[in-house]
Amino acid sequence: MPTLNLSVDELRETARAVRHDVLVAIHTARSGHPGGPLSAADYLTALWMNYLNYDPENPFWPERDRFVLSNGHCSMLLYTLMAHRGLFSRGYLLTFRTVNSRLQGHPSKTALPGVEVSSGSLGQGLSVAHGMALGARIRGAPERTVFCNCGDGEMQEGNIWEAIMHAGHRKTDNLIVSADWNNAQIDGYVENVKNIAPLPEKFKDFGWRTIEADGHDMDDIVRAWDEAVDGTPARGKGCGQPTVILFKTVMMHGCPTYENIPGWHGRPPKEDEVMQMLNELGYSYNSIDEARAAMGGFQEYDGYGAEDGK
Amino acid sequence: MASSIEYKNGVQPSDRWEMILTRKAYGEMLVELGKNNENIVVLDADLAESTYTKFFRAEFPERFIECGIAEQDMMNTAAGLSTFGLIPFLSSYAIFLTGRAWDQARNTVDYSKMNVKIAAAHGGISVGLDGCSHQSMEDLSNMLSLVNMTVLVPADYWETRKMMEWIPTHEGPLYFRLGREKVPTVTSESTPFEPYHTLEAVGGSDGVFIATGLMLSRAVQAAEMLAEEGIFSRVLHVPMLKPLNDEEILQAAKETGAVVTMEEHSIYGGLGSLVARLLLGNDVHVPTRIIGIPDMYLMSGQPEELLVKAGLTAENGAAKMRDVLALRG
Repeated sequence: MPTLNLSVDELRETARAVRHDVLVAIHTARSGHPGGPLSAADYLTALWMNYLNYDPENPFWPERDRFVLSNGHCSMLLYTLMAHRGLFSRGYLLTFRTVNSRLQGHPSKTALPGVEVSSGSLGQGLSVAHGMALGARIRGAPERTVFCNCGDGEMQEGNIWEAIMHAGHRKTDNLIVSADWNNAQIDGYVENVKNIAPLPEKFKDFGWRTIEADGHDMDDIVRAWDEAVDGTPARGKGCGQPTVILFKTVMMHGCPTYENIPGWHGRPPKEDEVMQMLNELGYSYNSIDEARAAMGGFQEYDGYGAEDGK
Repeated sequence: MASSIEYKNGVQPSDRWEMILTRKAYGEMLVELGKNNENIVVLDADLAESTYTKFFRAEFPERFIECGIAEQDMMNTAAGLSTFGLIPFLSSYAIFLTGRAWDQARNTVDYSKMNVKIAAAHGGISVGLDGCSHQSMEDLSNMLSLVNMTVLVPADYWETRKMMEWIPTHEGPLYFRLGREKVPTVTSESTPFEPYHTLEAVGGSDGVFIATGLMLSRAVQAAEMLAEEGIFSRVLHVPMLKPLNDEEILQAAKETGAVVTMEEHSIYGGLGSLVARLLLGNDVHVPTRIIGIPDMYLMSGQPEELLVKAGLTAENGAAKMRDVLALRG
């Protein structure tokens, strides 16, 4: 099925489960980046379940839409979305960052089928996504939409602005960027580290259709995605502009005790912390093992290519 | 005596060489390839006039992507294009592609094994008058250290044309280095380009010159000089530095007993380093000298003047060969 068409309530519940898995897997790895995944979980869950044209049985299906995670440190969110979309079992998420796992610290195209391009060195994914969108057009298939997620701190990278200028210049309207506008990065709040404001005005000035949304209000998220994809050639003529959705978000959203603290960008939660986080998400376990068991426990990779070892 | 030199594989004596641009061969071949293969797309970063992608732009504007002065964006745009089955060739100057856009080449193109063809004009110091900022003596080591990268350095116009016929059949990241100046046509239309092999340009057993790119011409000239003295050195051209044909190089070293490498690149990490590692690692302990750009930045000047300053001359090649032959005994 190309998309799942979940209800808003179902999307909310899926996003809650996604946060659960992200936290348990990062805690289990004792390494990883929880902050970004919890801030982008709601709107990227909506994208992956309801908008991304995809076949989980064949991540190389030629007619699929493309998704690029430019802020590759949010890898655990990508992997969790893939698992919840049906590419492989949730239990495999517990192998994150262990040797020989396909779930590399930052996404690797050659390691995991479904990763469209390796990322992790910030600022690169948007240019790649734009190249994909141009490739679709040259191939006579502008109805393939390319989605790209960027962090707001990442927008301090020069390569990002080269890509924004390029896509604006070419009016590449099968490209949709989602920006995780949480105002937090490793060294503090973005506005203090190196201010990137005003983001909406900057995108508009570069020729982009700019949509703003509350990245934690699922009704508003669905409205924004609907509006964004309505402007692509997949839904008709195309609006003649690349589109960005600026999702206002909060780092570590869903765990109020830990929200909006930049330190959670790249720190794995300890056991007492992860238990409290899960509790704040509405999961009550007696031990972290129960949480792992809820994910199916440790599992081997069972996704595309598993049989032939690819 | 020079006339008794055994030129091989269609290689010509130096008095028959013509001076032609390698980047022109690149531009011409892009158009030829583009006619037969609709997957070929070309990107440039505001240097289409200089890199000769202008020929392709004129013929196939819908498949030409001008990226403006943004090499990092160009590298990754090419990576994205390749995921739709297209074969992107991207062009700029070697120093910008392998310097400024190295992280893109490493973390996106190479790590993801993208089918991207990086065509670098203005390799080496024979760039000349523009000066050090536009010269490139680090590009080969920057690319050779990338795990999936194939690295090609054509010697001249004819070899560039033949390489270009082969390149679209190759799957994966590839770097190839063109020059700014007109360079001698050491090879001829009949000279084969065999991927994954070296090319024996001149036969002989009094040591071997192992050369690449422009320096093939200097190596052949050095062999001609030595022939006047009754010394017949072999000349081996290495058009493909990675993957390197280890066996052919080791065999030449064993058969001739002395080695002089010649390249228009820093002595750090280019052909000389590859050959030295190969010889030592296989216990082939033959006298060896490495001719490359010493640890120095060059300057503006006529290409020939700069090559002399760096010691990249036929005379230096011949002198070093005499040294290693004396050591060989």
